[in-house]
Amino acid sequence: MYDIAIIGAGVIGSAVARELSRYKLKILVLEKELDACVGTSKANSGIVHAGYDPEKHTLMAKLNADGNKAYDKLAKELSVPFKRNGSLVVAFDDEQLAHIMKLYERGIENGIPKLRIIGHAELLKLEPNINPEAKGALLAETAGVVDPMLLTISLLENAVMNGAECKFDFEVKSITPENGGYTLKSDTESVSAKFVVNAGGVYSDKINDMVAPPRFKVNPRRGHYFLLDKSEEGIVKHTVFPCPTKIGKGILVAPTAHGNIILGPASDDIDDRENLGTSEDCLNLVRKGARLLVAKATTRNAIRVFAGMRAEPDTDDFIIEEAKGAKNFLNIAGIKSPGLTAMPAIAEYAVNLLKDMGLSLEKNKKFNPIVERSLFIDLSEKEQAKLIKKNPLYGRIICRCENITEGDIVDAVNRPMGATTVDGVKRRCRAGMGRCQGGFCGPKVQEILSRELNKPLDSVVLEKKSSFILTGKTK
Amino acid sequence: MKNYDIVVIGGGPAGLAAAIEAKKQGIKKVLVIERDIELGGILQQCIHNGFGVHIFKEELTGPEYAQRYINMAREENIELLMDTIVTSITKDKRVRATNCGGILDIQAKAIVLTMGCRERTRGACAIPGDRPSGVLTAGAAQRFINIEGYNVGKKVIILGAGDIGMIMARRIVLEGGEVIAVLARGNIVKGLTRNIVQCLDHYNIPLLMNHNIIEIKGKERMTSVVVAQTDERKDVIPGTEKEYECDTLLLSVGLIPENELSRQAGIIIDRKTSGPVVNESMETSVEGIFASGNVVHVHDVVDFVTEESCRAGRNAARYVKGEISAESEAMNVVVSGGLSYCVPHKIRLSAMPDKMDLFLRVEDIYPEAKIVIKNQGKELARFKKTHLTPGEMIKQTVVKALFKDCKGDLEITLEVEGGKK
Repeated sequence: MYDIAIIGAGVIGSAVARELSRYKLKILVLEKELDACVGTSKANSGIVHAGYDPEKHTLMAKLNADGNKAYDKLAKELSVPFKRNGSLVVAFDDEQLAHIMKLYERGIENGIPKLRIIGHAELLKLEPNINPEAKGALLAETAGVVDPMLLTISLLENAVMNGAECKFDFEVKSITPENGGYTLKSDTESVSAKFVVNAGGVYSDKINDMVAPPRFKVNPRRGHYFLLDKSEEGIVKHTVFPCPTKIGKGILVAPTAHGNIILGPASDDIDDRENLGTSEDCLNLVRKGARLLVAKATTRNAIRVFAGMRAEPDTDDFIIEEAKGAKNFLNIAGIKSPGLTAMPAIAEYAVNLLKDMGLSLEKNKKFNPIVERSLFIDLSEKEQAKLIKKNPLYGRIICRCENITEGDIVDAVNRPMGATTVDGVKRRCRAGMGRCQGGFCGPKVQEILSRELNKPLDSVVLEKKSSFILTGKTK
Repeated sequence: MKNYDIVVIGGGPAGLAAAIEAKKQGIKKVLVIERDIELGGILQQCIHNGFGVHIFKEELTGPEYAQRYINMAREENIELLMDTIVTSITKDKRVRATNCGGILDIQAKAIVLTMGCRERTRGACAIPGDRPSGVLTAGAAQRFINIEGYNVGKKVIILGAGDIGMIMARRIVLEGGEVIAVLARGNIVKGLTRNIVQCLDHYNIPLLMNHNIIEIKGKERMTSVVVAQTDERKDVIPGTEKEYECDTLLLSVGLIPENELSRQAGIIIDRKTSGPVVNESMETSVEGIFASGNVVHVHDVVDFVTEESCRAGRNAARYVKGEISAESEAMNVVVSGGLSYCVPHKIRLSAMPDKMDLFLRVEDIYPEAKIVIKNQGKELARFKKTHLTPGEMIKQTVVKALFKDCKGDLEITLEVEGGKK
């Protein structure tokens, strides 16, 4: 029996797993997909918010502020790109100016440092490409951008390095209390654990309902994005938001942690929790919204469009508490924006709750918080030359857009909790994430996966279990 | 630091032709750097025939055409570096490359850029819908089928009536797959007429004009697409939507010259062609850096790539030997009236040979038209043309004597009789 089972290998489940791996515990992470970071965590803005948005005294406000502060250390430990590029909420009229003033005040109440209201002239000096009709903005210097995919994968990889176990392709179909713990079953397997953490994202309400009376509902909300080519780098340096509305923070224009530009999201509420499709109407909303903020933010050099799923709770706050009537079963649900930002604080908060619930926490003295990872392209010339000498595969560039070498890809496959799918390689080392979107390197990545995992080329999938790329040999 | 007279970046048909020609002009140290493990570029996966009609008066396959130039390159003792990728070039012609042996720093006297082009992807044209597997570019599918020996799908729809799309339609049928249709996104087929006949008509593959894909469906592997008719503005006509069950969508929606290295060196790029602005010698805006083939503008026939690249190689050699005087002023070539571009973009009379080819493309279909060349309002020449279409590049030979007293811009325009089709 495991001490604790965590349902869901998104950013929250992975962070909780890592936090728990600091202690001597038998930890199991269950994920219905073939890899970590295949749901909400893979498709979002990648923004680390400053913390002026959530209403005072909410869990969101507290965890946002604490989470933001934890990012420098966390990103460094996990070798994940993170930049505090600052954010701007731009106002175009007096009403909006009043609104950003309100955000400023809320930020002060939430204890957010380095907030400032700036006027037209300073705004245009900071961001020369911004719509010159802007009157002013709220500048939040502590806001940042992170690679949410590499972050999620690194969190879980680190947990695995420190002894946690993962089961992929394990969709929890039932949970039953048994022997003072719980038995969790998929269609083919069964595991048991004394404690359970529900980090099931858009399915977290359904998972709660397997053991407890319904208490909350998660409404799936899609967000549409455009990702622009790195040739557009520099059109904005800050994360630029319009004034927020009731349904969200609006369509932003921001640099990504890797130097692309991201536009979005345009949101719509849908019923199907698996519907990650994009719609022309929403894409047009993004096009329009982005141009309004920054005229240069056109989609002429778009390299990808995508939609992400957000777990919108019907409560107005994160739900982090023991399930009613289900002892030792912790819900971490409704983690909408700023969930990514709050993640480090959520993990810590959750572990404290588990301790209060009776989970015994004895320090794992061997815990190593560091994930070492470097891509060939990010090394100095000297280091590059040395690396090629040591392993010639680092001299062969496979992804020409992002300059990712065969050595990088082999490492992505063979490191702890390595990639088993083409998208898994992409999220670990960026091969296929550039302007040709894997047009050139896709077949080669597939070959490397096939070779390293010792399985037939046509059994390699894109992301999900049946997402086959090839359909058998030619005549 | 290694020193070479000429470094050619890219060992496809353009690079090989440029290198061979430079060597023939007496240049000693010529190096070709190719990122793939073999030379020949994209020709190696083009196993259909039709290559070499102009140059060899034969219908060769892609690999056969490539092999002739690979053999010539070896006979000329050109240094060929495969499995090596150039990561940066500078204005003063320093080249940095990487391979399994390490990092190479090279100083060249001249560079020829022949990196070719890449395919536009689903992301670049923002096709809405799910993101299943089974959506890939026609070229990637061609590589899987012809090089790796694997099929990419059983029931296929192809978006874009470009040459690769049509060729792949036939290829899939030959492998036992079904091709539902090839969709053209406007009323113009971007590919060659011979491919419509040989690849679609002969295999009863429907070609649907004025159609587009408005949604891709499938959570894991693709299951269907929604297709709709479009009007003359390429907007969807409501009520014409139709869903087709299929497991694969191939995209043949355009090619983009690969100029990331060119931009690094500060070379000026033409927005129309997405390639470097070049002069009569195929020299870019940076002195001593030449370019040819699909990196300059997307060709439809490899023979023309070869011819253009011979010109680039010859002039790179002349540059190294100090035979090009860059003193005379260049005339800008300005196109209008239904012409979309002309390569070269600039002509220096002092460096122009007695006879030279202009490569032009039209924006629409014209059954009959005249290409008129003017300078300062004065007509210099007119050439009658028939069956002009955007899918087929026009090669127009001009003689130097024509431009004897020209000053300022050279204007090239299209005079249409009987209107456009």
